[in-house]
Amino acid sequence: MSDEKVFLVASSPQIHHADSTSRIMLDVIIALIPAGVWGIYAFGSRALTVIAVSIIASVLTEYFMCRIMKKNTLGDYTAVITGLLIGFNMPSGVALYVPVVASVFAIAAVKWTFGGLGTNLMNPALAGRVFVFFSWTGTMTKWSSPAATRAIDTLSGASPLGYLKTSLLDISGNISGPVEILASYPRSGFSLSMSDWFASALGVRIDPVYYDLFFGNIPGCIGEVSAFLLIAGAIYLFVRKVITWEIPAAYLVSFSFFIWMFDGLRFGTGFFSGDIFFHLFSGGLMLGALFMATDMATSPLSGKGQIIFGIGCGFLTFLIRVYGSFPEGVSLAIIIMNIFTAMIDRLTSPKLFGFVKKGKAK
Amino acid sequence: MKSLKTFPKGGVHPGDFKDLTNKEPIRNAAIKDSFIIPMSQHIGAPCECLVNPGDEVKEGMLIGKASGFISANIHSPAPGVVKEITDIFLANGLKTKAVVLEPSGYFDQLGKNIVPADWNSLSAKELQEKIFNSGIVGLGGATFPSNVKYMIPPDAKVEALVINGVECEPYLTADHRLMLEKSAEIFKGLEILQKVLNPEKIFIGIEANKPDAIDIMGNLAQESGGKIEVVPLKLKYPQGDEKQLLKAITGREVPSGKLPINIGAVVSNVGTVFAIYEAVVLNKPLFERVVTVTGRGIKNPSNLKVRVGTKVRDLIEDCGGVTDDTVKLVMGGPMMGFTMCSLDTPVTKGTSGILALTEKEIGKSVQTACIMCGRCVKVCPIGLVPTKLYKNITHRRYQDAMHLNLMDCKECGCCAYVCPANIPLVQGMRLGKKMANKKVKS
Repeated sequence: MSDEKVFLVASSPQIHHADSTSRIMLDVIIALIPAGVWGIYAFGSRALTVIAVSIIASVLTEYFMCRIMKKNTLGDYTAVITGLLIGFNMPSGVALYVPVVASVFAIAAVKWTFGGLGTNLMNPALAGRVFVFFSWTGTMTKWSSPAATRAIDTLSGASPLGYLKTSLLDISGNISGPVEILASYPRSGFSLSMSDWFASALGVRIDPVYYDLFFGNIPGCIGEVSAFLLIAGAIYLFVRKVITWEIPAAYLVSFSFFIWMFDGLRFGTGFFSGDIFFHLFSGGLMLGALFMATDMATSPLSGKGQIIFGIGCGFLTFLIRVYGSFPEGVSLAIIIMNIFTAMIDRLTSPKLFGFVKKGKAK
Repeated sequence: MKSLKTFPKGGVHPGDFKDLTNKEPIRNAAIKDSFIIPMSQHIGAPCECLVNPGDEVKEGMLIGKASGFISANIHSPAPGVVKEITDIFLANGLKTKAVVLEPSGYFDQLGKNIVPADWNSLSAKELQEKIFNSGIVGLGGATFPSNVKYMIPPDAKVEALVINGVECEPYLTADHRLMLEKSAEIFKGLEILQKVLNPEKIFIGIEANKPDAIDIMGNLAQESGGKIEVVPLKLKYPQGDEKQLLKAITGREVPSGKLPINIGAVVSNVGTVFAIYEAVVLNKPLFERVVTVTGRGIKNPSNLKVRVGTKVRDLIEDCGGVTDDTVKLVMGGPMMGFTMCSLDTPVTKGTSGILALTEKEIGKSVQTACIMCGRCVKVCPIGLVPTKLYKNITHRRYQDAMHLNLMDCKECGCCAYVCPANIPLVQGMRLGKKMANKKVKS
């Protein structure tokens, strides 16, 4: 019998879809690269250093945790993603020990104390970011201007959302909306010419600041500024079926709705007058909604649960951004909803095929 | 375009690879030097073996007698001499008694012109008996004895008889070819079933990847009057499961833990209907069936008419053998089929295909921890949360798994197919069911 060929014996199903954990994680990395490259272009080589330090710190922590826990999950790229996202969530000028602390906290405390891959309660990268944000708020909110407006930026790199929040404290009386407050905000040459070009092509002039917001010529964290490239990356993930529509759609739509409904109140323009586009493309919303809230381990399993989760994220982001004392609320909103995930899963477990209520059965 | 019917929740779309064999006409498999005929080829009690070593048997002779309410007769697939009675392992891992037969002598049926029996004079009860005597079981794979299925409780009425021509498993084309080549016979079988069950309406469900079969069966249905309707279905696995099929065609759900007859429906496979035709009209008991031998690892993929008891080794040889890059041999379809522990495993009544799969086809990846992607939840046609069940089972919390409706799992394999972490979910469910049953008993 020894000359006979040996075949595999396995439980059904005998065929398997080509996707694997590492392939999914690799796709996420690929999708994040354009926005990262833009961040490095906008904020200079210092941004690259921050990202590299974050990734190295994450992977090293993962390596040591694997040694301690006697597991091996280095090959699945998840630590690389955590590091990458932490780097994305840092201002380029941050002191380098900050991303290191964030990475160690994210991997060791948030991920591994709960059992590692797939069992963490919160998105490790976000928890790491929030941890260092409240520890070193100063260095974590000191932005630098992007390449496109560095020469003309007189506001020493205030982010649009931060500038809005501080300005609102001084301004009384009615204003039309965020754009009026941002009148003195630097606009890049690129956005001015885009605005002109669109005005001549379509006959509608859109304030150049929107182009800067959309394409990423604003101060901010390294990876969050270019809404355009983040959306492009998310489309790639969508095509590769790594993410599904539920969370991003529920998040962005519910957030837009609440902003549209209530944000006008801050400026005295009443209900249903909030500036949706300003809020959609500023801050970390795109990075959060497309890449962080969609983290598989910390979001609900079923489509219905994911929609509830997305709406919760949208509502909390709106609440913190508009009424909180911080200009930005994406990371906190997602972390809070992460904690609710288990409960949402329990409440939205799918209906059993042929389910009959007890007592009603014949 | 009118959208095609299908079941609403879950399901997957593996590549179907049916083009390997869907143009291959059914041909007879060669008869080799021995048959191994298991005494358990159906769900239910194994047969009582009626022969002893040295006995001479004829083609179609009763050699295994149904022993119990849910059981089915087994007939000799060929004339010959019983060499020995031995214990073997079936593809699904069960140990059973088997008759080893060395063929010799003359075939009574093969190549003979058989005069069709006049079945019209038989009553429904006599037809039922005929079906029982011929050892007919559901040929879709479940192998549930057909006569038991057709025993309609007195308070129930068959509103819909659904004929399953879905063949949702990838690769398999046995039912497809049967519908193309034996459509008239299948409709004869349907007439017999009508007499037995007296259904109000008959549906034939066929997936849209078999347009030629939909045409042929559709034309015959039209000729036969308005009672029979061919329903083209959207491609989706596991549509061939009777509960999914009923949901797709009638829109009704069989209650959890109940049978189709609870909603006034009976589902039978096209292969079964053909077997009923052969049994009633040609007086030929069920001892052969169509088997698709396919996969990229088979040199000449074919649809074969195979006598029960033929060894897998012989069938593969019949199809030119396997290529060097074959890594897995499967009995049944790729989603629910079994790998065998021996090439001498025989074909039984429930064998719909033999697959030789190459490394590329099985698409195996490394197992990692669950990343909670929720894909298993989205594809589960039953509405289970496979990852949660699996975690409960691996932690030996069988009761908790039962509360999460473990017993409703029918092991269709959708969850394990899509799982990016490559977790053996179906294996887990099987283990969980076994252990839970054990606990209930003790």
